[in-house]
Amino acid sequence: MDELYRVEDLHLSLPDLNRKPVFGAAPRIDILKGISFTLGRGEVLGVVGGSGSGKSTLGRAMVRLLEPTGGRVVFDGTDITHLDEAGLRPLRRRFQMIFQDPMSSLNPRHRVGQIVAAPLRLHGVSDVPGRVAEALDHVGLPRGFADRYPHELSGGQRQRVGIARAIALRPDFILADEIVSGLDVSSQAQVLNLLETLVKELGLTLAFISHDLSVIRRLCSRVLVLYQGRVVEEAATDRLFAAPQAAYTRELLDAIPLPDPDQVWA
Amino acid sequence: MSFLQVNGLKARLKGVGHPLLRDVSLSVAAGEVRGLVGESGAGKSMIGKAVLGILPRAVEISGGEILLDGADLQRLSARERRVRIGASCALIPQDPLTALNPSRRIAPQITDRLVDILGWNRARALSRARDLLAEVHIPDPDRVLRAYPHELSGGMRQRILIASAFAAEPKLIVADEPTTALDVTVQKQVLKLIAEMQARHGTALLFVTHDLGVVSKVCDRLTVLYGGMVVEDTDVRSFFAGPAHAYSRALLAATPKYTDPDASLTPVPEAVIRAVQAEVAAADRRVAHG
Repeated sequence: MDELYRVEDLHLSLPDLNRKPVFGAAPRIDILKGISFTLGRGEVLGVVGGSGSGKSTLGRAMVRLLEPTGGRVVFDGTDITHLDEAGLRPLRRRFQMIFQDPMSSLNPRHRVGQIVAAPLRLHGVSDVPGRVAEALDHVGLPRGFADRYPHELSGGQRQRVGIARAIALRPDFILADEIVSGLDVSSQAQVLNLLETLVKELGLTLAFISHDLSVIRRLCSRVLVLYQGRVVEEAATDRLFAAPQAAYTRELLDAIPLPDPDQVWA
Repeated sequence: MSFLQVNGLKARLKGVGHPLLRDVSLSVAAGEVRGLVGESGAGKSMIGKAVLGILPRAVEISGGEILLDGADLQRLSARERRVRIGASCALIPQDPLTALNPSRRIAPQITDRLVDILGWNRARALSRARDLLAEVHIPDPDRVLRAYPHELSGGMRQRILIASAFAAEPKLIVADEPTTALDVTVQKQVLKLIAEMQARHGTALLFVTHDLGVVSKVCDRLTVLYGGMVVEDTDVRSFFAGPAHAYSRALLAATPKYTDPDASLTPVPEAVIRAVQAEVAAADRRVAHG
């Protein structure tokens, strides 16, 4: 398969502001401790782990919102590990992000149309209104929603706006960071079904970050399980659920409360 | 006789009169765990807040009664109501970070209620707080009592709030989505802890959640809500064997089940939503005409 991302021995450390002395630099804390994997074009990769496992940091390093402190991130043949902002700009339209909390990631003073148009304007795309309408069509929102404000929408609709903004530039890759964890089960199912359709229709490559393995099963073909900044298991989704190898993966699976009063919780 | 009995409770937005709770009835017997389930906006948290007398200022109760140990809360003066609720009820809140005062150490945040409600002296309250932290499996309680909230993990903070809720031996605890902000492994520990504490202290629990998986683990009975209306009231075993109402069935079908690879994720169908909305509208018409 054609390779879109190659991540090699990725390290990332950030200043630990909880332990920063009044004067001088904060001690650094290692978040990612040597992560390697590749992501093929058109693949949907699940990234799973508990809080503090480094899954969001990994995602942010992949779209270079954070600069790695070691190792390499190669995007479609270009080494972007330490690329500066000017070098990144032409690539940014090719990797987009959907955020966890649609309420705080959508500007409350902008209408939906402006929000979806923003990345298009930034990258100087022509026919902005047409592309906004196309993006709204793709996520199943009526075009009239372009005139509404985020607070007028339900949680599921807001997350669709976040998706519309991410796909408006027709990117190759989308990073979805915990995008359904704040939603009701019904909206959750709608958003997951929508992503599945978009991946097929638009030929997207997707990294889907979640702490909940039950939402991974449907969407992802391969899963990376992180624990304390390291990959403890990497497997095809079917294999991971049928025969989890790492103790931590089993722990994650056992912790999911199935809607079944007979499930025994050891 | 039930410790908590809610009869035909109605609540609405002040001024505009938009109904938020429509004729809600439910009961929680002593030592029983009742789940309140529904999507956002169903009114599940609103019921918990009405019981605890902490409704937002914009919301008013417009009918029905809330009986706490036989006493109708609406007939009491504001002061009597506060004393009665404070002495017999407690809350486990959703967000363990915002529920603790960031500028105070943990100890006074637990002991305040023992001093204020039960009239204990500080020393006795502090020793009780230490025992409670040990009971919720916090290692080194003395260190934690001196700590500030930001020094502790999310799971640790939620344990402290659980300990604090049980501190004054309430008869009823309202748990408002207590694990929604936690990741699955911590959620499991916290749910087991709540179940363990509930069983040991024999406390009645009103457990607000949107997760039917969680309900199946901790509840004896459950109430399913839609649009501030009770859709179904049943015991957990018969619910998971087969919900009676079409909306409950759809909600259960939308709940992900990782053990079943063929189960597709099915959102609640439009037709089901239209049907349950029609039921809500019909109930409103009955009220308007009656």
